[in-house]
Amino acid sequence: MADRRGMPVYFLAIIATLSICNAVASSSVVHPVSDPHRSAAVELFTPAGRSLSLEETYEALRTFEVLGVGKAKLRSDGCLSVLEVLKSAPSSPKDLYYALKVNGLSKCTSERAVFEIAASRLKAALSDASSLLDYHYTVGGLVLIKDQSPDVDVALSDAKGTFQSIKALSQSDGRWRYGSNNPESSTYAAGVALETLAGIIKLEDSEISPSMISAVGNDIKKLFDSIEKYDDGTFYFDEKVVESLEYRGPLATSSAVVVGLSSFASVASEKIDIPGEVLLGLAKFFLAIGVPGDSKDLFYQINALACLENNRRVSVPLILSLPATVLSLTKKDQLKVRVTTVLGANSPPLKLKLRQVLKSDAADVSVIDSQELTHDSEGGFYYLDVLPDNIDVGKYKFVFQILLEDPEHKKSYATGGRIHVPIYVSGVVNVENAVIAVLDSDLGTVDTQKNLDLVKRNDISLSANHLQKLRLSFQLSTPRGLAYTPHQAFLRLKHETKVEHIFVVGNTGKQFELVLDFLRLVEKFYYLSGRYELEVAVGDSVMENSFLWPIGHIELDIPEAPEKAPRPPPVAADPYSRFEVKAEIQHIFRAPEKRPPKELSLAFLGLSFLPFIGFLGGLLSLGVNLKNFPSAPVPATFALLFQVGIGAVLGLYMLFWLKLDLFTTLKAVGLLGAFLLFVGHRILSHLAATSAKLKSA
Amino acid sequence: MTRSDAQALIRSLRSAYAATPKNLKIIDLYLAFSVSSALIQVIYMAMVGSFPFNSFLSGVLSCVGTAVLAVCLRIQLNKENKEFKDLAPERAFADFVLCNLVLHLVIINFLG
Repeated sequence: MADRRGMPVYFLAIIATLSICNAVASSSVVHPVSDPHRSAAVELFTPAGRSLSLEETYEALRTFEVLGVGKAKLRSDGCLSVLEVLKSAPSSPKDLYYALKVNGLSKCTSERAVFEIAASRLKAALSDASSLLDYHYTVGGLVLIKDQSPDVDVALSDAKGTFQSIKALSQSDGRWRYGSNNPESSTYAAGVALETLAGIIKLEDSEISPSMISAVGNDIKKLFDSIEKYDDGTFYFDEKVVESLEYRGPLATSSAVVVGLSSFASVASEKIDIPGEVLLGLAKFFLAIGVPGDSKDLFYQINALACLENNRRVSVPLILSLPATVLSLTKKDQLKVRVTTVLGANSPPLKLKLRQVLKSDAADVSVIDSQELTHDSEGGFYYLDVLPDNIDVGKYKFVFQILLEDPEHKKSYATGGRIHVPIYVSGVVNVENAVIAVLDSDLGTVDTQKNLDLVKRNDISLSANHLQKLRLSFQLSTPRGLAYTPHQAFLRLKHETKVEHIFVVGNTGKQFELVLDFLRLVEKFYYLSGRYELEVAVGDSVMENSFLWPIGHIELDIPEAPEKAPRPPPVAADPYSRFEVKAEIQHIFRAPEKRPPKELSLAFLGLSFLPFIGFLGGLLSLGVNLKNFPSAPVPATFALLFQVGIGAVLGLYMLFWLKLDLFTTLKAVGLLGAFLLFVGHRILSHLAATSAKLKSA
Repeated sequence: MTRSDAQALIRSLRSAYAATPKNLKIIDLYLAFSVSSALIQVIYMAMVGSFPFNSFLSGVLSCVGTAVLAVCLRIQLNKENKEFKDLAPERAFADFVLCNLVLHLVIINFLG
């Protein structure tokens, strides 16, 4: 193996050191594969009323294998088709491939003779192969035979040539074409090609030189340059051209690339350099789908996640998930975090630190010092006993960091640096000292004052005239005793005629106060005197006790409206009437023109023939004759052709009006015209010659 | 002008006209046909409105155009016209046919 050492410098064996870097990956929380996936798999892969094809059987069995679900019936049904394909006469390489895949998972047969026949058929198909999928099925089938029956001869006759033919289909951006006569390149095809190339290496690694492997490594690097990403650190692959007939969507494409990458990485002699954050981003992409609703999507997701988890040549992503992101101070919820692999298996020993807690409106100052979460080995999660005192109600971003204990593991796991998780801390906001008062305007003395209890309905009654003011005040404080500004704090006045006015209650610190100066508000109130119902509303998404309480009424005495005062807007009887179905709009396109009655048109059609008949009659009365028509055969034919030619052109015009288009007509006119010119020239020059002879004679 | 003067005028015009060569009379007949055709179309349009205006124009201009070309032919064929003494009548006729064919191509295109 001396020639494998001393590799090109760019093909370094550094992997996942970036996992410790402080890449800020802001994230939404994803959850690893768990029981909902298992029950979805059982449900999706048993379609009612039809039998599964070999490809679908393989997808089902592979998904069940990864998820740890047993399905004996599927196995036995699958075996029937497998044996049929392997034993009976011509089967396509695709059928053989999937039959061998199903056989590998359900162990239907291990007869050496069956595998020998299959191997010889696949080898024959390989020698005829020309497209990428042909290579994929034949090489893949031979690899499966090698795994299932090691003593069958699956040696490739020309491994190097096959490798190079597949490599020849690669494009400069790392994508692959499906065949030499197919100009479109596809990322999905790149995944398939990588898997196939890995298969060739598995079958015949001595023939493949290190330079060829490193060339493919370059293609992988270029392919990963075209990876797309979302802002939250999720990476995925998609096709460049989405309108092609073979477009499969980002899930299938990313899954194919992951499978291809992991197959190739497991057989390549050097490590393939893919940054840990990219693998973690891919894992997050697959997990962020949740539980897919389609069996093929579930297969793509689970197969790709299994490849990410089980391949030790590229780093294994570790997923941080939280069962709950809303913590209640009232219930004294604990912060619980789980760190697992993508399939839900336990992570290696690690420390989980809560680095920072950032308030959503002051995003750079941490509310707490860095602390470590305690590990509960029974439940498999990390928790914080008690939320620190500084954490009050509100929206926060908790910043976690995973620190692996074994330095060896740092190279083989991708942890994602600092992970931001949005957390809501909810609690009960206390309302105190709620008072409503009517004040005399100038002096500010209190005329009437009533206390309110804003934990329930109140029924106070006040009266005021337009020279007075209304003051509402209360205090809000969080469970920790601090001031809090909720999202909504309103006072609503509703008149008997259902006209409403809503005022925002402003605050300084804990004290909320609203003063309504009726002198200034008479115009806004449309000069309506009478009884106004009062309601107080205070609410926020993190308040557990948001409320809307009617508190009573106030009799307002406002002077009469002057002439030009604005009228209140009419209030519909039913406030939801504007959401009702509206009348259908009749579209009137340009009204069709009035056409004349049919009889009139037909009458004029007849009339228009009259001048022509008159013309013919006139000709007859003039004594028109055809005496000058040439009698000698040659001129006679030309004369006839001339008339026919003119007739033909007029006939062509009729056809043009009825159905031809201008270009065809012009072409035909050109041809006919040339003919007519020639013929016309002959006959007319003949006539001219004869008349000249007559004249001179 | 008395009635007998008018009658005398018409008679003299008639006799003079009878002396015109036959081919020119044929052309005059063709002119009458084409103009009366145009007139009928105009009367129809006046009655029912000009809705497919392009068709109306096409029809009327076809009649008028061919009348104009016939007039040109008549001028060129008239032996009393010293200007066109050297022009062969067959040549004039060939021009007439060609121009008519081009005119009718355009007319049919515009007819719609």
